[in-house]
Formats: sequence, structure tokens, C-alpha cells
Amino acid sequence: MAEDYLQTKGRIFDIQRYSIHDGYGIRTIVFLKGCFLRCRWCCNPESQHYDVETMTVQGKPKTIGRDVTVEEVMETVQKDRPYYRRTGGGLTLSGGEMLFQQEFARDLLRASKSAGISTAAESTAFSEYRAIEELLPYLDQYLLDIKHMDSAKHKRFTGVPNERILENARRIAKSGMTELSIRVPTIPTFNDSPEEIRAIAEFAGSLPNVARLHLLPYHRLGLDKYAGLGREYGLPDISPPDREHMLMLKKIAEAGSGLECRIGG
Amino acid sequence: MNRYYSTELPKSGRIAELVSDLFAKMPEIESARAVLLTESYRATEGKPIVLRRAMALHHILKHLPIVIRDREMVVGSTTLAPRGCQTYPEFSWEWLEAEFDTVETREADRFRISEQTKRELHEANAYWKGKTSSELADAYMTPETHKAIEHNIFTTGNYYYNGIGHYTCQYEKVLNAGLRGISDEAAGKLAAMQPGDQDYVRKSTMLQAVIISCQAVIEYARRYAALASELAEKTADAARRTELMTIAENCRRVPEYPAQSFGEACQSFWFIQQVLQIESSGHSISPGRFDQYMNPFLQRDLEAGRITRGAAQELIDCIWVKLNDLNKCRDAASAKGFAGYSLFQNLIVGGQTGEGEDATNDVSFMCITASKHVFLPMPSLSIRVWNGSPHDLLMHAASLTRTGIGLPAYYNDEAIIPAMMDRGISLREARNYSIIGCVEPQVPGKTDGWHDAAFFNMCRPLELVFSNGRDLGEQISIRTGEVEEMQSYDEFFRAYQEQMKYLISLLVNSDNAIDVAHATLTPNPFESCLIDDCMDKGLCLEEGGAHFNFTGPQGFGIANVGNALYAVKKLVFDEKTVTMKELKKALKFNFGQGLDADGAAALATEAIRDMRAQGQNVSEESIPAVAAAILREGISEEEKARFTEIWEMIKALPKFGNDDPEVDAFAREAAYCYSKPIETFRNPRGGQYQAGMYPVSANVPLGAQTGATPDGRLAHTPVADGVSPYVGTDVNGPTAACNSVAKLDHMIASNGTLFNMKFHPSALSGESGLDNFINMIRGFFDQKGFHMQFNVVDRDTLLDAQKHPENYQHLVVRVAGYSALFTTLSRSLQDDIISRTEQASTE
Repeated sequence: MAEDYLQTKGRIFDIQRYSIHDGYGIRTIVFLKGCFLRCRWCCNPESQHYDVETMTVQGKPKTIGRDVTVEEVMETVQKDRPYYRRTGGGLTLSGGEMLFQQEFARDLLRASKSAGISTAAESTAFSEYRAIEELLPYLDQYLLDIKHMDSAKHKRFTGVPNERILENARRIAKSGMTELSIRVPTIPTFNDSPEEIRAIAEFAGSLPNVARLHLLPYHRLGLDKYAGLGREYGLPDISPPDREHMLMLKKIAEAGSGLECRIGG
Repeated sequence: MNRYYSTELPKSGRIAELVSDLFAKMPEIESARAVLLTESYRATEGKPIVLRRAMALHHILKHLPIVIRDREMVVGSTTLAPRGCQTYPEFSWEWLEAEFDTVETREADRFRISEQTKRELHEANAYWKGKTSSELADAYMTPETHKAIEHNIFTTGNYYYNGIGHYTCQYEKVLNAGLRGISDEAAGKLAAMQPGDQDYVRKSTMLQAVIISCQAVIEYARRYAALASELAEKTADAARRTELMTIAENCRRVPEYPAQSFGEACQSFWFIQQVLQIESSGHSISPGRFDQYMNPFLQRDLEAGRITRGAAQELIDCIWVKLNDLNKCRDAASAKGFAGYSLFQNLIVGGQTGEGEDATNDVSFMCITASKHVFLPMPSLSIRVWNGSPHDLLMHAASLTRTGIGLPAYYNDEAIIPAMMDRGISLREARNYSIIGCVEPQVPGKTDGWHDAAFFNMCRPLELVFSNGRDLGEQISIRTGEVEEMQSYDEFFRAYQEQMKYLISLLVNSDNAIDVAHATLTPNPFESCLIDDCMDKGLCLEEGGAHFNFTGPQGFGIANVGNALYAVKKLVFDEKTVTMKELKKALKFNFGQGLDADGAAALATEAIRDMRAQGQNVSEESIPAVAAAILREGISEEEKARFTEIWEMIKALPKFGNDDPEVDAFAREAAYCYSKPIETFRNPRGGQYQAGMYPVSANVPLGAQTGATPDGRLAHTPVADGVSPYVGTDVNGPTAACNSVAKLDHMIASNGTLFNMKFHPSALSGESGLDNFINMIRGFFDQKGFHMQFNVVDRDTLLDAQKHPENYQHLVVRVAGYSALFTTLSRSLQDDIISRTEQASTE
């Protein structure tokens, strides 16, 4: 049956409409469950494990994670078509990590494209390239995180080394099949020194076909979720970087990469 | 090059001073108009009513104290005190006498009133006993209608207590021909008539009244010219002397003659706008397409080098201040329904010309800028959006929205124009529409729309389905069967439709009674000479003189009724998890969530009257004691638990506003239960009824008179406003709410629909925030939505303003079809605004 891929099942934990900070226009974000990384600052800790779990939200238990088909997700995604049409918006996959559920992600992106809805994904690119390559034909915009150029430090703060990520970034860039943006979560005590940002910027600058570089300032909006999940927050009590520091880093990033740089999504 | 100049012009220092003077004191009630009106009426008894109205206007304008406020550039004030108001005893006055001692301390819209004013008004009012339009309207209404009003099914208080207003007159005719020209036109028509003509008697009298009225206004302007000259001589300030001399010159020329400059056009516009408010107490006298009729005067002056853009902006800003100088005192109950001292003077920019081209011009931008400069509720600024609207105009509008002032409201040409054409209006006329009051479209200068004709609470007929037409132990509506015996959802829904139809017919009776009373006692010749076809027909607006005649009463509570119908179908008939008997009792006892005194009194009254009806020997006097017992004893724990369980089951059901096709379809049907019956009725002026779906602010006071409803809404809390989702039930974000609202049939509600949204300021931050915001509106309008308006104030600010009102004197928020000063609203209305779902963008 030709439409089999619409029945592919996946596990998500949220769908948010009227998202205007990630990608173009008014978008619908589908949050997939499960991630390869364990970033200490992660603002969506409920996304990390693939298993369905319970999180306490405002004193009440809430089930995180439900299994859905591509078709079911698309039913919601289609609803905001009038706004996508006006703004160039569309579907964004986030998480979690879409590559953790590669088959579901691929089929969801494919369904979206065949419905005439543009696609974007926020991804760590931590997987075999073959898995990424399979979804590129259906992905208009790849928002790829580069967190640190030092693999050891990368591993210490995210749980995985960075070689595969950097290699995939190169190959995605070279493919020219998607609009690639490099995004850097800017985390005090981890990567917010001028040297560290410069190193990432230079890497981004060395890639072909990169649309722009985003510096995403650290925030603590996910902090309550750790308590709700009964987990420890992996960072000490640090404050978000102030505006001046971010502007300084932006200049460095621009100089280092030669790319258009933005603070925030 | 652009067709228009879009750069935002700076604000002059004068404007801040004018605004601060305006708000220095509590508004005050003055007696001059009532006293002068009464003097004139005493002297003209026995003459035709339309002549008496004109002569009264003449007498008032001849003797009304006049004032030029410091630094004003555009002059003409209805009261000596800033933001003061006159009274209009020819419509009603008893409420004011009853409230003499409380109007200064009441909850909404307070006014100061001096002892002397009270005495003078009391003396004048004595004349009006038995002579008012409200008394005549009462006499015309059927007993059933009175009963329905008494039981809060609907209220027609707006036109019962006041003049009609709610029109946009032909300002451009005054600007281009002058009142002299209009008066000459009347004289020409008069001269062309023969005493034997069929319509001679009425028409000749009406035309004479027009001539007297125009003369009255011309003389009024001359009084201002004389005062300005006098002040110019006195002042030591050379710059102010020059200004006063200019004012004097302007007032000598306009509105008598065609305006020769932009400054004269501004002054001429203002005299008309102001005098119309003196003629009757009707509100929502709306300037309409100000950018269209003012722009030619600006362009001529700019081309001739007679004015700078900055000076022109200042004049527009001055008009904006003056629009806030006009005020109106309503009775305490109405003041809650129209809270915020609003006169609903709607002024609209943008849209299309009659020929279908984009109409944006320099003045369109300047109007939006003026609202930024003056930052007050008036005018109710609106913007027309169509497929060809320029992006920069919308961005400028959105940048005003972002300030949190609740302006402008956005209107969709692509839905409104076809909806008007469906009412028999030509394409060219429909393309020229403007908005009256809150959200009501009309053809300016040709329409008597009676737009704000009633508030109809759609939840009350639903209550009557549960009580088989009884309220407080009295049969006030038709019997649609005992609800416990209904076998299917269809039977239940039919009962609701039948209740609606019957009660709507009573609403029509009430409106038509008031309509005839106005035609008989209070025709207004001045407004009538500025609206087609009054002079041709020889009839005033109130008598059916307008080219287009409508009556537009508004229903509200759609979201509650839609959700309620859905809940009844699901729980009672589909899943059978709740019996109708249980639901009925749960509603009576407010889902076990506690009864207030009103709720207990209602139960007691019902119980006692039912016992009396069955022949038992109990007295009505025992009601308070029974009510006290109900309050004290409450209900059993078992019942309380079950009612709470039912409440939770209802709350867990899908609700309108979340883009759920199944429940949204019920809201659509609920809206039809109002809009379809309404349009089958006709008014005494020969026009059609058309539904509106907006509440002004009446969803709060009228909600307070409504018991718990099957959508889970608790007793005596506000009902849903306009076509918006019920507060707090739309949780899928702004696009989902928009999609649900767009699923209603807006086109049939051609008297206007109102969709409120509240945004957190962060959602509109930056260029891209504004861009996405505009495109969200466009996305809603692509689906044939009618109207949208926004509050962009965060919750903490509003909570703080409740705590420290002194720090927020100028905080303007969107209420319903208008903005108002937050701190002047009643506490319950403030709470309603705070509890509206706040839409944020997601990270």
C-alpha cells in the first residue's frame, strides 16, 4: 500500500502550535521522545528517555509520552495551514532527538512535504549519516546544534563525544539538500568564553552552504521539570548570560564565521 | 515612490498637557442642557415635534456656556468641566434622580454632581414626568415582554434610557458644502413643494427643522469665534494670541462654509461631532472613514505649502484629545454593561475605495500615530484589512497594538463586504463601509442601523429548557416539556431552539416599542440632514428617513451554549453517564461548589411559589427564612460528591476554542439558534433585523444573573464574551482559538461579531513578532473571520493595577468593542479581563 508510511508509529510528548521562535513563520512543533545526549542544561529533561514517564506538574502527576501514527500527528499539523501559507511556516521536529526515532521522523517529514507543508528540525545530528541522509529529501531546514569543539569537554557535559556530530555537519552542509543553520546553546561554565565561541564559529565558517549562526542564551525555564521528574539538575546555580556578554560573543561569532549571526532562535 | 507617507511623526509638547488637564478631575454632571431644553419645550407646546426638537437645539446652542480650554487648537466643549456630561431628560431621568447621591461613589463610571446641579435638574426633570420616550416605550411593550426583561432574559436598556446615535453622518458633505449649503438645499426642496403635495405636511416641517438646526450650529460656532477673539485680546502670550486668532477665523468660517484648509476641516469636523452629541444622548456617533474625507484637505495644504506634516499631526492629535472630552452618564446598571466612560466613537482607517482600490493614505498612518501620541480610549480606532492592504500599514497598526492600548481593532473586508451585500447593499456601497460603536458595519451617511439594540443572554433560554419555561416559580416563557422526560438530544436541542425563538420575538417586541417611541417623541433633525435619504423623504432618522434601516440586537454566550449542548449530548444521551435529572439538580446546586445568597434566594423563591401553585398555604414572606436555611444546611455530602463528579466530567470534555471539529460544530449551531430566527423579523422603519455577536461588557453583569450552565460554568460568573472561547478553556494556542472561531458563520451575523484575544507582550516582540502577529490575523481572516481585537498587557501589570490604581490612571485596556481606562472599570469586569486566556508564543 502506497500510504503505509502514514501508519508509522512514534512516541511524542507534546505538539505546540503558534511557535514563532524556531524556523520561519508560524510553526507547529512536534516534540519527539528520546535522545542520545544528556546535556546538563537540557530544558526538556522529560524528552530524554524514550520510556513513557510521569512528571509532577503544578502538584499533579502528568503522563509524558504517547504513541501516535504519522497520520494522527499530521491531522493536527494540517490545522494551521492558513498561517503557514501566510508566513512560510510549517512543521518543526524537536525533542528529544528526531534521529532517535529516525523512521517515524522520516515518514512524518515526508507526509508533511507531500501535504505541501514546509519542514524544519532541531537536531543534534548524533547518528549514522545514512540515517540523516534518508530524511534530507524531506527536510527544508536543518537547525543543527554545535555545542563544543573540544570532544572531551563535549562528552563531559552532554554524555557523548563530538566527532560524529562534526562529521555529519560537514556532510549535511556539503549535500546542499537542506538549509543548514548552526545553533549554539550558550551555557556559562561550559562554552561561553570568547575562545570557545570563536572555535565553534570558525568551524561553522568552514562549512559550505550555512545560512546563519544562532547563539541561544542559556535559560532556566526547565528547572522545575527536574524536580517534577525527581532528577538532579546537572549544572550548578548559574545565571543566564547578560545581554552585553551575548552581544560581545555575537561579534566574535560573526568575525570567526563570516556568517550572519543572531542571538536567539 | 509610495502612494502615501508612512513615517511616524513626532508628538508635540502640547498634547501631553492637554491630556493631563483633561484628567485632572473626576468628570462632572452639568445641568445647562436639561434646563435649556425644558425651557424651550415649555415654550413650544402644541407645535410639531420635529420643530420643537429643532427649536430646542437652537435654544440650547444659543445659551449653553462655552469654554476654550488652555492650549486647545480645536475648540468646542459640551461642558465647562473637562470630560463632563449633560443630561437628556426627554429620554429618561428617573434613574438619575434616584442615583443623585450614589453616582459619585458607584462601582463603574463615577461622576461628580453638585448640590446646585441636583436642584436644577430636579426642577427641570419635573416637567418630563409622563413625557419621555422610555415611558412611551413601556406603554407599547406587551406584558410578556416586560416579564422577560424583568427576568433578565435580555435587556434593551440602551435605547430605552437614551437616544439612539449609532450612525456615521456625512462629515464630508459639511466639509465640502458647509451647513449653509445643506440649509440651502433644504430651502430649495421646500420651495419646490406645493401645499397640496401628499407629503407636504411632514416634509415641509422636517425641512424647516433642518434649516433651524443648521442655523443653530452656525450661530454656535460664531459664539466660539467671538470668545476666541476676546481671549486673544486678553492674553499676554504672543504665540497663544496667534493661535486664538486662527481659532477665531476658523470658527467664523466653519462649519457654515466649505473648509478651505486642513485646520478648518478639523474644526468643522469637530463642531459636527460635538453638536451631534448635544442633540441626543445617543452614543457610538462614529467618525467613520476619517482618513478618506480628511486627506484631500491635507494634500491641498501640503501641495500649497500651507502646512507642515508635523502641524497637521498635532491637529489630528488635538481632535483625539477632544474625542475624550465628550462623556455620558448612564444608569448604574447600564454603566456596568458599557463600562469605562466610553462613547464608542469608532474611527476607521484603510480598506478599499468604492471602486475596490486600496484606500490607504497619509492620514491613515497619522491616525494610528495619533492614538500612540494621545494614548486614550477614544477614538475607538479600527483598521480595515483586505487582501490588498499594504504591509507597512498593518505593521504600523501592530506596533500600536503592541503598546497594550487595545487599539486598533482589525476588520476583514473580505467577509464584511459580502455579508453586507447579502443584506441588499450594493458592492460599491459595501466597499465603503465603516464601523459603528463596537464592531457594527454600516454604509456611512446612509444608514440607521440601530446597532446596539439589545443584549440577549443566550444562556438564559437554556436554563428555561431545564425549567420548562419557568423562572423563580413563574411561567415566563413557553412550555417545551419536562427536561427529565426528553428521550433524545434532538428533542432537547429542539426545546432550546423553541425557547430561543419565542424569547427573541419578545426582544423584537421590546425593540420595536422603543423604536416607535423615538419616532414619536424624539426625532432629531440635525443628524437627519446629514444622512441620506432623510431630506428627500422628509422624515428624520428615527422616523425611517435613512436609505438603509436595520435593527441589530446582539446575542452572547455562544461558547457556553455550544459547550453545554455538547456536554448534554455526550454525557446524558451518548455515554449515559449522567441522567438529566441529576444534571438538572447539579445545575440548581451549582455543581456542589457552594451557593451564593442569590442562588439560595432563587431556590427558595422557586420552592415557595411552587408550593403555592399547588395550593399549599405558604407565604412569600417566608422566602428569606427558607433561603437562609438552604444556605445553612447546604446539600448532603453524597450529593455534593456526585455533583462535583459531574462537574469534573464536564470539565474534562473538549471545549470550543481548541480547534476540535466536533465541539466547534455545536458552537456553530448554538450561534445559529440566535442569528437565524433574528433575521426573520422586521422593524417599524421598514428594515430587517440582523444579529450581532458581541457583548460590549454586559457578559459580566448579565452573567451575574445566570445560574450554573451545563458547560461547567458556575452560577453568577461571567458568560463568554462575543464569539471568543469561554475564559480559560482555550488551551491550544492562538491559531487553534482562531480556527475554532472561524468555524462560526460570521457572515450571517452582519451586525458584527467580536473576537477577543489576549497576548503576552513577548509574543509581539521584534519585527518578526509583529510580522507573525499580522499574519495570524490574516490567517484568521482568510477563513472569513470578521473581527479581532487584542489586549497585550501582562497579567502581573493588571494585578498590580488593581492593587495600586493610583499608579495606573492612564492604563488603557481592551474591554469588548472598545478600549477603556482599566481603573475605571468595576472589579468584576477587571477580573474578567484578567482571566481571559493569555496567549503566548511557544519557545
